[in-house]
This record gives sequence, structure tokens and C-alpha cells, in this order.
Amino acid sequence: MSGPATSARRPETGEAALDVHGITVHYGDVLALDDVSLTLRRGTICGLVGMNGSGKSTLFKAIMGNVRPDRGTVSIGGRPPRQARRAGVVGYVPQSEDVDWSFPLSVHDVVMMGRYGFQGFTRRPRRADREAVAEALDRVELADLADRRIGALSGGQRKRAFVARGLAQGADLLLLDEPFAGVDKRSEATITDLLRELADGGATVLVSSHDLEALPRLADEAILLLRRVLLHGTPAEALQPEQLARAFGLDLATRRPTDGGD
Amino acid sequence: MLLDLLLEPLGYDFMQRAFLVTITAAIVCGVLSCWLVLIGWSLMGDAVSHAVLPGVVIAYLLGTPFAVGALVFGLGAVALIFLVRSTSRVKEDAAIGVVFTTLFALGLVLISVVPSQTDLGHILFGNLLGVSAADLVQVLVLGAFTLVVLVLKRRDLTLYAFDPTHAHAIGLNPKVLGALLLGLLALTVVVALQAVGVVLVVAMVIIPGATAYLLTDRFARMLVISPAIAAACAIIGIYASYYLDAASGGMVVLTMGVVFALVYLFAPRHGVIGRSLAAARRRRASAARTAQAERQPA
Repeated sequence: MSGPATSARRPETGEAALDVHGITVHYGDVLALDDVSLTLRRGTICGLVGMNGSGKSTLFKAIMGNVRPDRGTVSIGGRPPRQARRAGVVGYVPQSEDVDWSFPLSVHDVVMMGRYGFQGFTRRPRRADREAVAEALDRVELADLADRRIGALSGGQRKRAFVARGLAQGADLLLLDEPFAGVDKRSEATITDLLRELADGGATVLVSSHDLEALPRLADEAILLLRRVLLHGTPAEALQPEQLARAFGLDLATRRPTDGGD
Repeated sequence: MLLDLLLEPLGYDFMQRAFLVTITAAIVCGVLSCWLVLIGWSLMGDAVSHAVLPGVVIAYLLGTPFAVGALVFGLGAVALIFLVRSTSRVKEDAAIGVVFTTLFALGLVLISVVPSQTDLGHILFGNLLGVSAADLVQVLVLGAFTLVVLVLKRRDLTLYAFDPTHAHAIGLNPKVLGALLLGLLALTVVVALQAVGVVLVVAMVIIPGATAYLLTDRFARMLVISPAIAAACAIIGIYASYYLDAASGGMVVLTMGVVFALVYLFAPRHGVIGRSLAAARRRRASAARTAQAERQPA
């Protein structure tokens, strides 16, 4: 267990932004997460890398409390997940497949949903809510598309709209599930810059991504996941071929020992 | 002359009550249907409406208000469906299919063995012209209550329909919101029962929302358009049934179906014909541009 070692490296900031300790999740007989522990400091962007079925989405669900782990605990900013959710500190950007894009809602409507946690019984928007939404839309450069139907946006614009929802919410911990799938390069760059700004402002970002090339520019640190944490280090460490081979289940190192001169 | 035609039915007390009950039911159903259509809960609407049958029969037997029996069985059906789905490997649509058909069958059996004046036809197809003053009060009270809750909680219900994961992430409980919507569905079915009967209630909680969905891209507008269409269809349907001497419940639903068909064909942006006309216009415009471009060098 490397728990004590990581806490020794943690600087003065006090409570970790996210502390996952010994999480194990089963779906029926299938082991989805096996004794996963990780700690993220405030203001960091962490890339979560692993193949399909490696447990990335399950890890997100466990952090948000959508899946009840068999064992282990999650703490968000020093609070149990339920309290953290109630305080509105957890923001989530879903995978594209999980959203019904034919839903008759405008971009503005979707971003306003980030404010619901602060509103009264009927969620009637107040002036502060409208201002937060306008500011969030400005920051993701979607202000002029605010009245557009959410499904009428391009892939990258859709992602930016959901990031804006997290901004309007003022989330301290932002979870993004495959935000770059089906997104053009320009939007990817906009989102990457935006996440960096957020992290500089003290937010903590956990991003799952298939895009290994973009990892060093995007993230401060990376986690390789294959039901358990194979590696938690810098993006450069994670991108070493033998590490990736482990994460993606290809035994490249042993299968092709002579291919090294490439 | 036309005014006389419109006013004549209103001279009868039973017709006044029929109008009030149907319009109330249409408005509540119209509002609720917006969420059912977007979540894809049509089958759930069908299930709850059929499952109330034994409740209505038992209520008649015991002499309690029919709304009580219907509500107990409507909510019970929802609870059973979730029980079967979450505690066995049977999927949701199959769980719905098992539960509501069984309860409906129980209702049919009860009607056949219980010697009473209960008219099967009235429960199955509505008894709009036989609405008593007490029935009217039940429908108005339940309808008003349901409508108020739907309108006050509309933003939460929309969030639940669109993104339950986000609802969870900001500390709301999606299960509670889903249960709230299903409870309101059960209430709505009870409100509409007398107007169109067990079999056709599902039409009232689906068709108006589906029609409105073809007319707008704004959920807030859908919530106005859907009940407006439903109420208009209810009024037209009752007049038609009065003058054609046809089944009132059937006529109301038939009107809704016809309006849906018209909107399906001719809706400006999402109608089949509207869409192909727009496409043809675009083709013509681009052909004209090409032709012009070809002519210019010559």
C-alpha cells in the first residue's frame, strides 16, 4: 500500500481534493474495480487512462456515489460524497452516448441546471443564477449560441456546454468522462485551456481519455487503470510503451523483444 | 346558428359535468405527457392505466370513492414493477408486461364473478355522460393537486428526464424524482379514468406530448402547447360525440389521433411534408445558384 507515501508528498493544502481509498466494486460476479486508491491534490488535472471495460466509468460512478462499492471509502475535499454532492462541489460531464441529444432544451437551459442545487423548491432562477450562467457561457465561448437547442451544437460545442454547467455550478471537483471523443481539434484545445484555467483557480479535474497524444499537454499527472491502479505518475511515465502495454493488456515487451530499434 | 349548436349541449347538467371532467383530465394528462414522451415511458403509462382496473371494481364493491381504489392499485403496480425489475434478472419492459396484464386480468375476473350493477363497459371505456356531482369533485380536486405539483416541480422533473446523473451529482435523489413522476402518473390516470376509461387513458398521457414535441424545440413551450392541444381535442371530441351520437371517450381520443396525424404531416420543422418541402426548396435554390454560375461566364 502506497497510501502513507503519497500523503507524505502532499503539500500544505490540508485535505486532499479527492481521496479514494481501497474501492472494490463488483457487478454481479464481475470484478469492475479492485482495491483502487488514489489521491488528488487541489488544482491538479489528472488523466485517467485505460481501455474499454477497465473501470474508468465505474470509478467515476463510485466517486459520485452512483455505485455502492463493496469495500473502500471516497472523500471529496475532506467530506463524505453525500455531503460533497449536497454542497454542489461535484461537477460531471457525461459521455456523449449517455445524453439524449433530441431533448428540447436550449444551451442556456442545460447550463442553468448547474445552479439547481442552490435554488429553492421550484428552482426558479434568481439574478445570481442568471449571471453565473451568462459568465459560464462566456468562458466557454458559447454566449451567442445560448438559445440554440443543445442537440444542434457540434460535438465540441456540446462538451463545452456541459463544462459550462460545471462552471456555473462552481464545482471544485470536475469529472469528465471521455470529453474528447468525437470532438474537433479546435474544441479540444479550447476545453484543454479551459480546464487548465480552472485548475489554476483551485479546481481539481479528473479526465478519462483515449487520446494519449494529448495527455502531456492536458494533464499534470496520469493514472493507468485496469480494474486496479497500475500506475499513478506523470503523463510521461504513463506513456512509456511498457506501461501502456500493461494498461491495454498487450504484452508487447515480451512478445516483440527485438522490435526495440524502431 | 353556430352559437346555438355550441350552446345547446351546455344546457344539460350532465353535459356541463362531462366538459369539466374531460377538460380537467386533458390538461393534467397533457402536461404530464411531456415528460413521459421524452423519457420513453409510454409503456409505463399503459401499464398504470390498465393496472387500476381491479382497484376500481373493488372500490365499487366497497362503496368507497373509485379514486381511492384506482390510486392504490396504480401505485401498487408501479411498486411491483420496480420490485420485479430490481430483484430478478427480468428486464423492465418484461416486468411491466407481466405486472399490468396480470392486474388487468384480475380486474376482469373480479367483474365477472361479482354480481353487481357495475357496467364493465363504463370502466373500460369511460362513462362521461354519467359523471355524478361527487365524481366531478373528486376529479377536480385530484386534477388540481396533480397539476400544481407538476408545475411547481417541472424543472426537477425535466432534469430527471434529461440527466439523472447530474441530478445525483448535485445532491438530488433521482430515485425520489422518478418515484414522484410515477406517483403523479398514477394520480393522472385516476383523473382521466372517468373521461375515457381504462383502455384509452394511455392515449391521453402520450398523444398530446408527442404532438407538442413535433411542434417545438423548447420544453417550456411544450408544457403549454401539449395541454392546450389536449383541451381543444377534448372539447371538439365531446361536441362531435354529442351530435354524432358516438362514444365520447373514443371521440376525444380519435380527435387527438387526427390532430397528431396532421401535425406529423404538416408541422413546419419536424413534420414529414414540411421537412421534404424545405429540402426541395433548398435543392431548387442551389440548382438556381448553379445555373446562374454557369450562365455568368458565357
